[in-house]
Amino acid sequence: MNLAATSVDLSRFLSRRPDGTVTFDALVKGAHCAGCLAKIEKGVGALPGVASARLNLSTGKLAIVGSAGLKPDFVLQRLHDLGYEGVPFEAGASLDEDAREGRFLLHCLVVAAFGTVFTMGLTDAIWYGGDMDATLRGLFFWLAATVSVPATLYSGQPFFLSAWKVLKRHRTNMDVPISLALILSLGLSLWQTAQGTGHVYFDAAVMLSFLLLTGRYLDFLLRNRARGAARHLLAMQSVLVRRQAGSELETVAAADLNPGNHILLTSGERTPVDGVLDDHGTELDLSLVTGESVPVLRTAGAAVSAGSIVTGAPVLLRVTARVENSLVADLARLLEAGRQGKSLYVSLADRAARAYVPFVAVTALAVLAGWLWAGAGFAHALTNAVTVLIVTCPCALGLAVPAVQIAATGRLFRDGIFVKSGDALERLAEIDHAVFDKTGTLTLGKLVLENKGQIAPAILEQAAGLARASSHPLARALVAAAGEGPVSSGVMETAGSGLEAPGRQGAQRLGNAAWCGVTDDENGASLWFRDGSADPVRFIFRDQIRPESRQMVADLHRRGIVVEMLTGDRSIPAGRIAAEAGIPLWCAAVGPKEKADRLRTLAMRGQRVLMVGDGINDAGALALAHVSIAPGTATDISQRAADMVLRGSTLSPLVEAFDVARKARRLVIQNFILAGLYNAAAIPLAALGLVTPLVAAAAMASSSLLVTLNALRLAPWRAP
Amino acid sequence: MALIIAAALVMGLAGLIVLLWAIGSGQYDDLEGAAARILLDDTAGDPSAPDKV
Repeated sequence: MNLAATSVDLSRFLSRRPDGTVTFDALVKGAHCAGCLAKIEKGVGALPGVASARLNLSTGKLAIVGSAGLKPDFVLQRLHDLGYEGVPFEAGASLDEDAREGRFLLHCLVVAAFGTVFTMGLTDAIWYGGDMDATLRGLFFWLAATVSVPATLYSGQPFFLSAWKVLKRHRTNMDVPISLALILSLGLSLWQTAQGTGHVYFDAAVMLSFLLLTGRYLDFLLRNRARGAARHLLAMQSVLVRRQAGSELETVAAADLNPGNHILLTSGERTPVDGVLDDHGTELDLSLVTGESVPVLRTAGAAVSAGSIVTGAPVLLRVTARVENSLVADLARLLEAGRQGKSLYVSLADRAARAYVPFVAVTALAVLAGWLWAGAGFAHALTNAVTVLIVTCPCALGLAVPAVQIAATGRLFRDGIFVKSGDALERLAEIDHAVFDKTGTLTLGKLVLENKGQIAPAILEQAAGLARASSHPLARALVAAAGEGPVSSGVMETAGSGLEAPGRQGAQRLGNAAWCGVTDDENGASLWFRDGSADPVRFIFRDQIRPESRQMVADLHRRGIVVEMLTGDRSIPAGRIAAEAGIPLWCAAVGPKEKADRLRTLAMRGQRVLMVGDGINDAGALALAHVSIAPGTATDISQRAADMVLRGSTLSPLVEAFDVARKARRLVIQNFILAGLYNAAAIPLAALGLVTPLVAAAAMASSSLLVTLNALRLAPWRAP
Repeated sequence: MALIIAAALVMGLAGLIVLLWAIGSGQYDDLEGAAARILLDDTAGDPSAPDKV
């Protein structure tokens, strides 16, 4: 989308500050390194009216402060010239809220880290200072208490708040035993210190909080990155259109369009809403709507659905439905149904938590009862029960999943894949069936001259001379085949028909069959060229398969995944592409509803399906699939419906994503086993009262370290 | 000894407060950007001294 080129008015994105300066925020896509940062900040900073430009590489937000002369369209044009895509960004509350949550977690983490270091300094003196006298020991314990109690209570807030929230609804989660362990260990330690005995867990309590917060913060970073991806997609959808107001045109957001409005669409623009062609017809590229690879002609009065791209003459479209109602109602329902289905998916971490919470509670109670039954005093029994709660506290479990996921998504991000949610990776690891769309997914969605070999170079050059004057997709495909060259003089374009220029033997014509006076027998993508009275020459175009598709399909087959192709296109081109890609299983002329039905059938048979598609007709299927991926060139709605979006223009990262997902799953399971082994060893010792506070702290730290190191095996800097 | 312990606590708290302030003022909001900015020439990344052409 090149907003700058459509010369729309962007002043509504400017905001004025009380001190007279003007600010403008833009989201920049594709900036990932120091070079990009310098290029963008310098390039935009040098524009008139810009006082400062600062790019946040993590969120992609470019914050510009300037004077009244600040021109947003200049900024976007400059970004475009620098090779980046930028869209105006309306400062919503969500970004600030994310930043606030991140800061709060970081605050807690820092407090816990300081508390841990301090408390350890004090308690280590006790554990190793064997001949310390009782008064000094008491003093050190009280000092440790003054540091660790406030530090733990402050830094434990995220757990306490979350535990309280679920307890109010009579449910439980992982944060309930965590909060319990934190509070009980502090209480037990205070009580023991007052008694003058040695079972004091001040260091363990605050370290527990620190390790768990580390996991929580990693999880936040992960979600933040996923939300960032979603935000980019949303911002890219804030399409601006030109609406007719009297005799003028005004720029409005697509979301503000109402039925009855008229909007102007020029060649290359995509309509964001459903509408009717009012005064005259045009040629439309429906590939995103139906999957058809060839532009079709629509006459005045024809209905046009959202997502159609104008390829012919500029038209006025009468809006018939608002943006949110513009997709076929079925499709919207499908999207909703798919989302609900996915919310039922239970991630590995949640499954672990469900098993873990009752297990810990029962074990601690059993230890308490056991010691009481064995005749120990209540204080002794309670101490051992609380020790069990402390040593089983799931720091390693809390780190097991986020550490792996952050390493995996970081690596995928580097390879060009946006992962929109953490559990999408888990779901991707489970697939056994992959369904691909054809146009724009397996193919480039771009027409290429097929019969170049049969056409005389001189004819091709003459035809290209005419074609260079046009922006029609077929003309551009012809130019691409012919290469650089001069434009014929005096070319006139008749929208929907073709081009004409004076030649030596009369008029040269390039266009559809009727334009060149022939009757077309085949309904395909072709151009005809006629030089005066000479025989017309036919140029045949067809969609090209992506060069990497065949290899990717073979790679998936090798991994035991059944590959299938569903397309809305007719069966001749579909069969040809399926054969070229090596897909034996394919189905042509499949509408959006049938695509969704097919996915439902597969799911009913117990298959876990990966859906890859780019068109509006795929959105429902994308939402219904077990996991879905949209190529970077996909429609907004498909990118919104999909779990992952490929950033680049190739499909090959898809196999890599699958491999990383499987590896991540393996690492998560390994981590659970490690954490489980640690608990299996620690619980009996703690239950028997053999665990000293020093051992508890050491075991906790080492198991967390082990789990994190294991996760780092997936880190971005490692080769696969 | 009491003095040493008190001094340690005070210094630690001071460090903590400085770090909390740094987080609060947004210095940790863009770690990727911070990692990249160190590679830039002096004035390029500094909003107070923009590189005007």
